[in-house]
Amino acid sequence: MKISMFHLMPYRDLPADFEQKYQSVWVDPPFWELADPAKVGQYYNWTLDELIYAAKSGMDGICVNEHHQNAYGFMPSPNLMGSVLARATNGMNCAVVQMGATLPTTNPPIRVAEEYAMLDTISGGRLVAGMPLGTPMDANLCYGVTPIEHRERYYEAHDLILKAWQSRETFAWNGKYFKLPMVNLWPRPIQQPHPPVWVPGAGSLSTWDFAAKHDHCYCFLSYYGNKLGKRVMDGFWEFVDKSKLDPNPYRAGFLQLVVVADSDAQAERDYYPHIRYFYDKSLHILNEYQMIPGNQDYRSLSNSVKNLLPMQLDLMNSVKNWKYKDFVDNQFVIAGSPATVRDQLMEAVKKLRVGNLMVLLHIGSMPHELTLKNIDLFSREVLPHFRNVWDEDGWDNKWWPTALRGKTNAENIGRAPRPEMHAGK
Amino acid sequence: MAATSEQTLKLWENKVTAKVKVAGDGPALVYLHSGYGLVWDDSLDLLAKDFTVYAPEHPGTSAGDPDSIKPLDDVWDLVLYYYELFDKLGLEAPAVVGHSFGGMVAAEIAANNPRRVSRLALINPLGLWRDDTPIKNYMVTPQADLDKLTFADPHNPARKHVAMNLEDPDSIIRITWALGCTGKFIWPIPDKGLRKRAHRIAAPTLIIWGKQDGLTKPIYADEFKSLIPNARIAMVDNAAHMTPLEQPAVVAKLLREFLKH
Repeated sequence: MKISMFHLMPYRDLPADFEQKYQSVWVDPPFWELADPAKVGQYYNWTLDELIYAAKSGMDGICVNEHHQNAYGFMPSPNLMGSVLARATNGMNCAVVQMGATLPTTNPPIRVAEEYAMLDTISGGRLVAGMPLGTPMDANLCYGVTPIEHRERYYEAHDLILKAWQSRETFAWNGKYFKLPMVNLWPRPIQQPHPPVWVPGAGSLSTWDFAAKHDHCYCFLSYYGNKLGKRVMDGFWEFVDKSKLDPNPYRAGFLQLVVVADSDAQAERDYYPHIRYFYDKSLHILNEYQMIPGNQDYRSLSNSVKNLLPMQLDLMNSVKNWKYKDFVDNQFVIAGSPATVRDQLMEAVKKLRVGNLMVLLHIGSMPHELTLKNIDLFSREVLPHFRNVWDEDGWDNKWWPTALRGKTNAENIGRAPRPEMHAGK
Repeated sequence: MAATSEQTLKLWENKVTAKVKVAGDGPALVYLHSGYGLVWDDSLDLLAKDFTVYAPEHPGTSAGDPDSIKPLDDVWDLVLYYYELFDKLGLEAPAVVGHSFGGMVAAEIAANNPRRVSRLALINPLGLWRDDTPIKNYMVTPQADLDKLTFADPHNPARKHVAMNLEDPDSIIRITWALGCTGKFIWPIPDKGLRKRAHRIAAPTLIIWGKQDGLTKPIYADEFKSLIPNARIAMVDNAAHMTPLEQPAVVAKLLREFLKH
């Protein structure tokens, strides 16, 4: 299987009373009260260093994503980050996983096609092309996309990008949302017919439909762990079965928060404050921003109000009173000694049937050195045990860059300098 | 409550189903509701004594028909759709009254073809924007804040018609979807160019405004008056943005006097 490190690039130093004083971490947290541009510069550089360190440590891929006006993740342009990462990881068997540039807010969307083609060529064909719909916060509030048109706009942008990559001739695009008289991309991606496409989702049926129809990899990105994730992924595999698609585990991606220390007790000491920070501050989002009228179609709206909303509200209220043990027991975070993490992660991967795993190895307020330590321990003590998962079943990871299939980044395991040395530089 | 009947019309090449509540007797009065969906409030009951009130439901907001919103994409489509609706109802030039979102639509209908509207009444309408007095995005404002902005008395029992009740999933779904369907024509800023078209409005126009409106503040009443050639303002005390729900008798009286003379 393939395991990639995901990074959100959060602000790591929000005030202790942030969630009491401000209504939301996303859309309207006042920058000048909360943040310092010089610190932000430091965070961007640390984020890049941490991801490059992960690549040098043997991770199969490194992932960045796009959010706007958001103190828990603010890479408004994931492709600027991706460009640095592509250049810095040349020669390694490590995928550049862009999870990615948001389609309906990039206008015209061929900009995504162009930039992804740039990344694919700079990286020598190591790009995974994530195609996110974008959240209501990002797309509707920060970028002004009309909520009821959000998804339709996404579908059109996707079709345009796929055609722009593959068409041999200059073509005109007369869409509902985008009109372009002469489309003829320079450059084109190295990977043919196009780079593998991953579609991040939050469990909605329409996204499964979409991923299945186009034979893309579906990635369930949640911060609520694999136990809740199982509900969604069980539904996904049932859907795959009904759609008469093969149950190739690489068809599915999943995001899991993971922290490793020398012992279970050490993990609690090292990471609990950062887990607390993440769930208390980073996920402190105004409900009204997450449920913008029109963003969900009528059927999904009925389903979420009747079935999901009560569960989500319960959960969000109970998390406030959780202790370390609750986060770990519920596997929101898989945390502990290498042996504990190996066992729990293996069980999760098998039960979710996930071939393309993403692990969030930097969480909330984690400082740089601790992040490097987590990456180092994960790569040395956990990652090698997962290389051959799914191999005996003979599945082909069709959703991995062609040039990297059948190869691993294992030769890099143990090559990166230990974090103590790195930090001391 | 006045006896209301419901007419169901097929419009826009049969792609949109229009549901229209009809009550009363007398000259035609078309009432266009706010972003929260049609609430048959007491002001409409009172008006039905002197007028035939036609209250269409905005496409997509009728129970059991969420998809009727799909074929209409922008203000231009919506205005033409309403001319078709008038035609189907046999109304050449009715009086048109609109509240909030419906006020913006009413003004657009009157501006695009001034001959289709005999008299125009706008109650706390949307449609204009001033940078010095931005309008709060009510589609994402927490209910407690909204109550204070839109009701002079935030505990007014009439708020139940427009406030989601978290204990009642159906009210959440109904109101959320109504906001989504009307939001299609005003997102992200409720200014779709009415300012440059308002001078075309020929109908005598009454602008009714709740004095305590915290959402669309009363300065917007002056703004509308300055743009519409034959307009006057009536301010209503003890009312904010939900004026027809808050002061139904006062609103009905103002409209009756305006429309009958």
